[in-house]
Amino acid sequence: MKRSEEGGEEREEGGEEREEGGEEREKRNMNIKMDLISEDKVNSMGSMEKIRFVLDGVKSGNIVVLEGGLTSEEQMKLIELAMLEVDEDFTGIEMSGYPSKKGFFNLRKKTRLTVVGPAKTMHTIKKGKDWISAVISEI
Amino acid sequence: MVRRRRTSGILAWLLEALFFKKRSVKIGIYGPPNAGKTTLTNRIIHTFADEEEDVGTASEIPHETRRAVRRGGILIDLKQNLKQFQRTNFNSNPQPLSDPTRNGDLSTNPSTNPSTNPSTNPNAKSGRKGRAKLKLDVVDTPGLATKIDFHDFLAYGLREEEAKQRAKEATEGVIEAIKWLDDIDGVILLMDATQDPYTQTNVVIIGNMEARGIPVVIAANKIDLSSAAPQKIKKAFPQHFVIPISALTGENMPEFYAAMVRRFR
Repeated sequence: MKRSEEGGEEREEGGEEREEGGEEREKRNMNIKMDLISEDKVNSMGSMEKIRFVLDGVKSGNIVVLEGGLTSEEQMKLIELAMLEVDEDFTGIEMSGYPSKKGFFNLRKKTRLTVVGPAKTMHTIKKGKDWISAVISEI
Repeated sequence: MVRRRRTSGILAWLLEALFFKKRSVKIGIYGPPNAGKTTLTNRIIHTFADEEEDVGTASEIPHETRRAVRRGGILIDLKQNLKQFQRTNFNSNPQPLSDPTRNGDLSTNPSTNPSTNPSTNPNAKSGRKGRAKLKLDVVDTPGLATKIDFHDFLAYGLREEEAKQRAKEATEGVIEAIKWLDDIDGVILLMDATQDPYTQTNVVIIGNMEARGIPVVIAANKIDLSSAAPQKIKKAFPQHFVIPISALTGENMPEFYAAMVRRFR
């Protein structure tokens, strides 16, 4: 009987610890991490590497901003891979980017900037050719 | 003919054009969920193939279509079907295009009026009605989305298990729709004219088609609704054919079919 009461106390103490841990986690969750990736870093990665890098970041709850951006083919591949990983916790991605511009002699399109975040956290409000308005809310 | 022959060379193209019968082109109907893709597919089939046949059912619940459906052997013959257009489309047209009370009035905006603007009216320049034929297979694809949350389906009265199952099938549907892009000759990108056209999925689809050299016709759907603003779509994608339509009522469908024939032939 006594042992069970002690055990009960232990469990209660453990519960308090968990509550404290929960508060800490809540505090941590209120901070949203942003990864701002330079164009040089983006260009140094291959397509699949870039997509995996973005998806891993987003699945960790980060907002990933790529200077230089992803091509439309890379974005399509990103959507496809994100759909493969959708479950009850990860509902997909929110993605915004400036449309690409015609590059040298109109031969190559130049991508500009892409912002990708978890769908639960990031919501694009409005966007135009040269601006993006998004809300990033805590989880 | 569309650019499927980009790998086969000019000689093969000439031989096929001269001596072989034109094969049908595969046209994918793409767009976000609830844009009206299945309604449009059904209308095309009703008009040119079988009035009784449906490839799927339309629903207010997003991601109703979760598997791509292909319907082959559709012949669009604008001359032969002209009377049918008038019977099936204009009779069900509840509101004239020139109604000035409607938001996004087409008649006051020449850039979006298909009857006055050559860039959106495929017959405005050439008037080539004599060759107005197109044999095609049409592929009704699941709606493209970047996020799928089963909680969204609960709001439509689905049970949790049903919602989870629907979400799972919807993610598979998105992947299937993307895979189909490798196997089509042209895209009808259907947008909801009552919504902001500048979504990333629309931008990504158009970017992909441009990169692959696949022709695109944009249909600004739901112009029967008072909040429709098809001119916003035209403004967002000025380099493409944009045809305002109502797949539900049939409004402006002859212009749309003419654009298809011209763009995909």
